[in-house]
Amino acid sequence: MQMTTLRQEVLFMAIFTAAVLTMPFWLEPLGASYPDLLQKFAIYGIFAIGFNILFGLTGYLSFGHAAFLGMGSYAAVWSFKLLTMNVIPAVIFAVVLSGIFAAAIGYVSLRRSGIYFSILTLAFAQMSYNLAYSVFTPITNGETGLQLSLRDPRILDRTLDEAAGIPFPEFFGTEMNGYAGFYFCAVLLIICFFISMRIFHSPFGMTLRAIKSNQSRMGYTGFNTRPYTLAAFVISGMYAGLAGALLAVTDPLAGAERMQWTASGEVVLMTILGGAGTLVGPVIGAGVIKYFENIFSAYHEARLHEIFSFMPEPLQNFFVTITAPFVGEGWFLTLGLIFMLIVTFLPGGLMEGARRLGGLVVRRKSQQEPDKLATAGVGAQDHG
Amino acid sequence: MDAFLLQLLNGLDKGGAYALIALGLTLGFGTLGVVNFAHGALFMLGAFIAVLVNRLLRLETVTIDPDQLTPWGTPAEIHTPLVQAWLGDFGAVLLQYSVPLSLLVAVPIMLLFGVAMERGLIRFFYRRPHADQILVTFGLAIVLQEVIKHYFGANPIPVSAPPALSGSANVGEWLGLGPGVYYPWWRLVYLSFSIVMVGLVIAFLQFTTWGMVVRAGMQDRQTVGFLGINIQRRFTIVFGIAAMVAGMAGAMYTPIVPPDYHLGMDFLVLSFVVVVVGGMGSVAGAVLAGFLLGVLQSFASMNEVKDLLPGIDQVVIYLVAVVILLVRPRGLMGQRGIMED
Amino acid sequence: MKFDNINRRVFLRASAVAGVSLATPTIFTSASRAQDFCNAPTGANVAFGFNVPQTGSYADEGADELRALKLAVQHLNGEGDGGMLNTFKGTPLKGSGILGKKVSFVTGDTQTKSDAARASAKRMIEKDGVLMITGGSSSGVAVAVQSLCQESGVIFMAGLTHSNDTTGKDKKKNGFRHFFNAYMSGQALGPVLAEAYGKDRKAYHLTADYTWGWTQEESIKNATEALGWETVKTVRTPLGAGDFSQYITPVLNSGADVLILNHYGKDMINSLTQAVQFGMRDKQVNGKDFQIVVPLFSELMAQGAGDAIKGIYGTANWDWKLENDGTKAFTKSFGQEYGQPPSQAAQTCYVQALLYAHACETAGTFNPEGVIAALEDLEFDGLGNGPTLYRGADHQCFKPVLVVQGKENPKDKYDLLQVVKEVPTADVTYDPSIFGGELGPVSNKC
Repeated sequence: MQMTTLRQEVLFMAIFTAAVLTMPFWLEPLGASYPDLLQKFAIYGIFAIGFNILFGLTGYLSFGHAAFLGMGSYAAVWSFKLLTMNVIPAVIFAVVLSGIFAAAIGYVSLRRSGIYFSILTLAFAQMSYNLAYSVFTPITNGETGLQLSLRDPRILDRTLDEAAGIPFPEFFGTEMNGYAGFYFCAVLLIICFFISMRIFHSPFGMTLRAIKSNQSRMGYTGFNTRPYTLAAFVISGMYAGLAGALLAVTDPLAGAERMQWTASGEVVLMTILGGAGTLVGPVIGAGVIKYFENIFSAYHEARLHEIFSFMPEPLQNFFVTITAPFVGEGWFLTLGLIFMLIVTFLPGGLMEGARRLGGLVVRRKSQQEPDKLATAGVGAQDHG
Repeated sequence: MDAFLLQLLNGLDKGGAYALIALGLTLGFGTLGVVNFAHGALFMLGAFIAVLVNRLLRLETVTIDPDQLTPWGTPAEIHTPLVQAWLGDFGAVLLQYSVPLSLLVAVPIMLLFGVAMERGLIRFFYRRPHADQILVTFGLAIVLQEVIKHYFGANPIPVSAPPALSGSANVGEWLGLGPGVYYPWWRLVYLSFSIVMVGLVIAFLQFTTWGMVVRAGMQDRQTVGFLGINIQRRFTIVFGIAAMVAGMAGAMYTPIVPPDYHLGMDFLVLSFVVVVVGGMGSVAGAVLAGFLLGVLQSFASMNEVKDLLPGIDQVVIYLVAVVILLVRPRGLMGQRGIMED
Repeated sequence: MKFDNINRRVFLRASAVAGVSLATPTIFTSASRAQDFCNAPTGANVAFGFNVPQTGSYADEGADELRALKLAVQHLNGEGDGGMLNTFKGTPLKGSGILGKKVSFVTGDTQTKSDAARASAKRMIEKDGVLMITGGSSSGVAVAVQSLCQESGVIFMAGLTHSNDTTGKDKKKNGFRHFFNAYMSGQALGPVLAEAYGKDRKAYHLTADYTWGWTQEESIKNATEALGWETVKTVRTPLGAGDFSQYITPVLNSGADVLILNHYGKDMINSLTQAVQFGMRDKQVNGKDFQIVVPLFSELMAQGAGDAIKGIYGTANWDWKLENDGTKAFTKSFGQEYGQPPSQAAQTCYVQALLYAHACETAGTFNPEGVIAALEDLEFDGLGNGPTLYRGADHQCFKPVLVVQGKENPKDKYDLLQVVKEVPTADVTYDPSIFGGELGPVSNKC
């Protein structure tokens, strides 16, 4: 891991940056190039990167990260309601608040490890969800979700012109919807990715990895691991809070279901699907799941007929019949099957698949440097 | 006092379902060291076996009668029940008792399903990280529930208890509490059923040689292996038994909650909490925690408690789980070293 | 490190430039041409977005809504038998599309979650260029999608949503609801309950602990108390509790003689089934037969409750057994197409699609400004509910409300409910200001 040089990092960042910023273009043929989905790719990418800092490095599997996502959203929307439509205070407010929330939950939960830790985080998140849905409705607006309204105080930039409708979150004058919203999220994704890469390659990251590989041995040497794991937990909680804030920035509404255990499960799935412990994996996993949820779910039979229209009629009907149960309302079934296949055959997630493919290519070229391929950390070659 | 008794029964009843699911989960941990997120789906499958048996007993021949029209103008279909046509009144009785009957079907199917699942999928995941086990079994759970949804739809399907057991029992009279304390017969049946099942499983593990070997294997798999015992095969069968218990619990639960494809997920999180509170791998712990959390949930829902602490019924289980895990690091009856890596 | 910092600044600048340049076209075009509006159709087609739950507990409702909406598209395009287009009084729609454009549609899965529903709606607006979104099976989702449509400049024709908030506190200029609401349920149901069960009753409410449950509880409580009933207690139950026994047993000793279940969907099925199991319907309290009331019925959910539904009073927006031309025409084309009668969720979505088409056709434009003006205070008839008014002040439809009762001897699983009373529109009409909220301005810009 120490082999990565500054040069490699710079190259890697450059490729990542270019790939993210040009997403609207290269996703076009996949039918995924529209602002909302691009925004979701970036936002859930941030969420998964943050989760990976905890899970990928320390091995602590949190089932409650959705609580921080929801917290970030609520904080951001309240900032829009009370202060200003500018996104900067909202994002800062959300990150700080979810950081504090994460510190509190992490302080308690990290007293246990393994699945006991998972259940503790799950319990906290479920409590947050249940209360946000019901008792805390005055703060969260319950089922309907917290929304902006014409009557919000907005002490910093309230306009008295009610005919203009409800304003949209803006970044010094640029409204954060459409592509502007995507680029705002994309820049934050790149920054977050950069920070995550620095963490992975820092002594702090090494310590976390050491904790993952053998915590008790670390303990025997008199090393207090708790501050390190707590720091990782808080950082990943802040990432989740940022993602939650961005959800509210690009779409100013916060609902309680963002805190539900299924939302926590989703980020676990994204991270493992892409490849836990790798840098890019979580981003890819997030993209794949969001793609399925939004594009695959919208296919219906007519669309399938279009896709298979190059075939002769009977064959076309046959293919439509056998694929129909897996798209549209069956998209969830497909997702389930994919999880099973990937985990069974590619334990390291999609990144391992890419690495194996890359390995095949590289091995043909030269058979040097095999261990570099094996490192889960960085490899610009993984990405290409 | 009456209210207290009824809430206790409610809690035990709920706890019975928790305990039966958690029991199987904890056996999976204890024997194979596998975190099975599809266990809730097995409960759901059991419930749908009950639905299926009910449907089979109501199989109909459909004839089209061109003289009668549906309100939308197509010829009406005439449905004639098959089983009743063949067996007369006996067929009708069979239909009434479809839920208990379905146990006969659920036992072999679920046992086989459990063994097949272990051999076909789980065994490749013994040495894999728990996260992988969670993901693959979660994937399986999704697949199972989506398949059920495809064939049975998303709405709950009602299955009635046998008419003789669908009324209420005069519990108050039995206990000398005076009139007016009634409790549904089927819930009492379910409670007894869960106690009997728990007892059977524990007795099987505790008092048979076969079970003793399994327990020895849970303690020290290697040594038992050295003795020339095929412990792996026994663990596989234990997994099948766990699936069977979950399936039977699901089948019997159908008259209480009409099952839908999502039933397993609804129970999954709670049953995990139950297992962890009880202590991973501990059968007695899972049973104890199941009943305990069920009863606590019931009492937390009482109006007197809710008036004092609004929303407590929504969080009580999780709150108790947090407190227990902080006070007793490995749950109520957990052992050192299981699932802590 | 230094190098990295420079690099990052370059990224920032580059992406900011890219962001502006990509964002410019839409800003530019919408400012330059005043005629223009969001997703103005340019080709031969006009796209509708059908945003229904396809996964989750309401997937069956969603499937039925989708069936009806597909049927609506067929009828608008002149395929099939035309359905309610033949009974829709005075409509210029002739089955030749809308304003000469053929209707196409895209579908999406709301998952009955606000976030997923909004993501799906955004895809429809941003990628598929839809002008109108309909569907949905929960008030939380409806309110969330409605506010999104308001921001995005398209029209939202709400599907099954019963909360007072949809056209009350959270009403929006671009959103319209044909379905009735909790307040109307209360007004319609109250007198029937008083007649059937007497004026001296003590009611106990079990209420789903979220916004819709609360509005319904309040509406029913007000309506029954006005008739002389006493409310013994209102208890909130967590969403998706599954087993409601711990909430049901306290009812038995509370002195109440009516149990009102403000639950919907799975919660309704479970709480009703279990209440019946606890022998509530065989009980006598205060010298009267104990009764259970479910203010909002759904036929599909009634199937899930089985025998428990028999004799229970509730309200509905529509029923396929109604005797009017629109209903008959719709039931006929739906039944012939799918072999089963339509649910009220199907009917409300079908009607909403037709009404939107009608408004475009009469306004002569797809511009939300014109469409909204045409829908506001629109009076129409022949769509199954009798003469109906789309009130301009809150975009809520006013029409007779059905009081229904679970049938004792249903013929089949589609015949579970019988209509006991059609409560006239005048009895369920209210002052639009009672729920607060405001419509705000029309939005037609992306």
